Amino acid sequence: MDAILLQLLNGLDKGSAYALIALGLTLIFGTLGVVNFAHGALFMIGAFCAVTLSKIFTLSHKASEPSGVDFLGKPKYEDILYIKDWFGETAGAWMLDWSVPLSILFAVPIMLAIGFVMERGLIKHFYKRPHADQILVTFGLAIVLQEVIKYFYGANPIPTSAPEAFRGSFDFGVMLGFDPNAIIYPYWRLIYFAFSAVIIGGVFAFLQFTTFGMVVRAGMADRETVGLLGINIDKRFTIMFGIAAAVAGLAGVMYAPINSPNYHMGMDFLVLSFVVVVVGGMGSLPGAVLAGFLLGILESFASMNEVKNILPGIDQIIIYVVAILILLTRPRGLMGRKGVMEE
Amino acid sequence: MHSLTKKDFLLLLVVAFLTMAAPIILNPFPAGSGLAQFNAGYPDLMQRFVIFGIFAIGFNILFGLTGYLSFGHAAFLGVGSYSAVWMMKLLSMNVIPAILLSVIVAGLFSVVIGFVSLRRSGIYFSILTLAFAQMSFNLAYSVLTPITNGETGLQIALSDPRILDGANAPSYPNLFGAQMNAATTLDFGAWSFTFSVGYYLCAVIMLLAFYISIRVFRSPFGMMLRAVKSNQQRMNYTGLNTKPYTLAAFVISGMYAGLAGGLLAAMDPLAGAERMQWTASGEVVLMTILGGAGTLLGPVLGAGFIKYFENIFSKINDNVLHGWFAFMPDGLEDTLITLIHPFVGKGWHLTLGLLFMLVVIFLPGGLVEGGQRIGRVFRRKDRNAGSVEADAAAQRNTPPAE
Repeated sequence: MDAILLQLLNGLDKGSAYALIALGLTLIFGTLGVVNFAHGALFMIGAFCAVTLSKIFTLSHKASEPSGVDFLGKPKYEDILYIKDWFGETAGAWMLDWSVPLSILFAVPIMLAIGFVMERGLIKHFYKRPHADQILVTFGLAIVLQEVIKYFYGANPIPTSAPEAFRGSFDFGVMLGFDPNAIIYPYWRLIYFAFSAVIIGGVFAFLQFTTFGMVVRAGMADRETVGLLGINIDKRFTIMFGIAAAVAGLAGVMYAPINSPNYHMGMDFLVLSFVVVVVGGMGSLPGAVLAGFLLGILESFASMNEVKNILPGIDQIIIYVVAILILLTRPRGLMGRKGVMEE
Repeated sequence: MHSLTKKDFLLLLVVAFLTMAAPIILNPFPAGSGLAQFNAGYPDLMQRFVIFGIFAIGFNILFGLTGYLSFGHAAFLGVGSYSAVWMMKLLSMNVIPAILLSVIVAGLFSVVIGFVSLRRSGIYFSILTLAFAQMSFNLAYSVLTPITNGETGLQIALSDPRILDGANAPSYPNLFGAQMNAATTLDFGAWSFTFSVGYYLCAVIMLLAFYISIRVFRSPFGMMLRAVKSNQQRMNYTGLNTKPYTLAAFVISGMYAGLAGGLLAAMDPLAGAERMQWTASGEVVLMTILGGAGTLLGPVLGAGFIKYFENIFSKINDNVLHGWFAFMPDGLEDTLITLIHPFVGKGWHLTLGLLFMLVVIFLPGGLVEGGQRIGRVFRRKDRNAGSVEADAAAQRNTPPAE
């Protein structure tokens, strides 16, 4: 029982990342009808926003007064962080510690801007081109973004730590009446799950309860009619593209402490997120979220030793096997809408 | 060659001439000169040209004719490599059984994958093939380690059985005794040309593959595949089942990929799982698109182009750049080098990505279409130009009266 619970929890954080990326992909696909292969790169850029902010916070200068002498007898100058100069000792230390959550504020405008530029500058010209061309051009863009990041940050993963307060683990088992240490779960993963739930809820609420969201949903159902009513639907779809980019970016920001960001993390997640979107059903937002969590949890169950002993290697391929089975038996995916990309 | 039109026959002849003379044509610079780094006429690189040419030709039969964009073709290449190395471990170092088996195994593998994937089309097909390829890649890395030797990659060893080989058979891949790495170097003044057995074997097979692809393109079967691309629904409404045609195209292209994988292993007897990764599948898509999907010559051009620039660009480093721009004033030189630096050396993939985007955006037909457009610009002037230009064209085309 406790093992099952543990795997369920383990699946949640991966599942949250899948769900967030798949949600963005579906938003773009549902509104603009574009298959965005560069979405993984947006996730990666988000993670590097966190890296950048913590790098900015650690910029320092030499103190003007020597603090002592080093072992050669020369005066020693301490490095002083600019951030401590500006905000004072305690606030500076706090900001440095909390750099990952703070990068959310920093990442949102950047990701929105990247999203707008991408849509207006590139994707706009591909609405009328075949899907193959859209895949190819965004694939090229993904390579370019990835290589640019590699050029500036190098090829090695850059460890980024969560705030001190969340660094430990949480003994979940004791709370539920199991033995101590039966279910140990890092705090940050719990935070990640809560964060993604908030984001997902926010996106759904935005679409469901605002006028803007209502117009966007109407446009997803029938773009032409909405246009005929005199509503500039293209502008709203561009904004939705920006929001989708921001969702992917935020997923990346918060993922940085879980896995040290490297330049190809986006590509690794992209393939799986596509599978998630297809399983959930192209163009279905709840489907993407459901499939994201479902596949994340399935993956962590498949990596249990008990399962692996019966079916060796199943943890590596479970997601793909499920995707293939779903595509063949339910071509529309779990919650796909009729008429969306059915051929 | 029967039943080839004159134009196709000429194309085949040109390609045959170019591949056969490649060791000379691709070495235009004397060996010791500063430009020698632009020479491509050494066996290792030329082999990659033709092998990836085969891969792209095969991919083009699927993508260029039917429009089905597969993102998983590297899986077949990888499977071909593995089976070829196994053949060299178990049977003989002769490359013939290795290559044959790699084609057969890749063919069987593609029947299975094709049968499942082709039940869907469009983006679903791309994702299904991607999923299959990633699955094979993951399996090759983990559970199938006894067959694939995991991360280390499959290699040949002296202790392998090799039941067909005698006691003193060569220990390197060979064709009835002629070793693949054997080469003759011909010195011609300052120039030096290397003719290697491995390259010529690959080149002959590539020509054969090219000939078959011409025949496929010009056959009623090829016509049917084009019809699938332009309007599959209509084909279905006329009562025709398109599945056997698309499946046949998929299997043919899978076998081409297997052949390329087998040749890769025959030139250098090791096989690793990274050949199956989806970036490798992306690369063949790049080659085909860059050259021109749906054209005969395009994929070969694209493969050569990418492999050549991959090789050249990744060799250029800051020292080389300083050498080139040494004539400039220092400040300008440094600025220029800082600007170029991200795109060369390790940054080759950045250039590749940019190039790829530019081609898809501005030249969807690839290099071949680019060539045709340039050709058309010149021809248009002659045929339907205004009176002044027409006069000029007429003057230019008539021999001057002596």
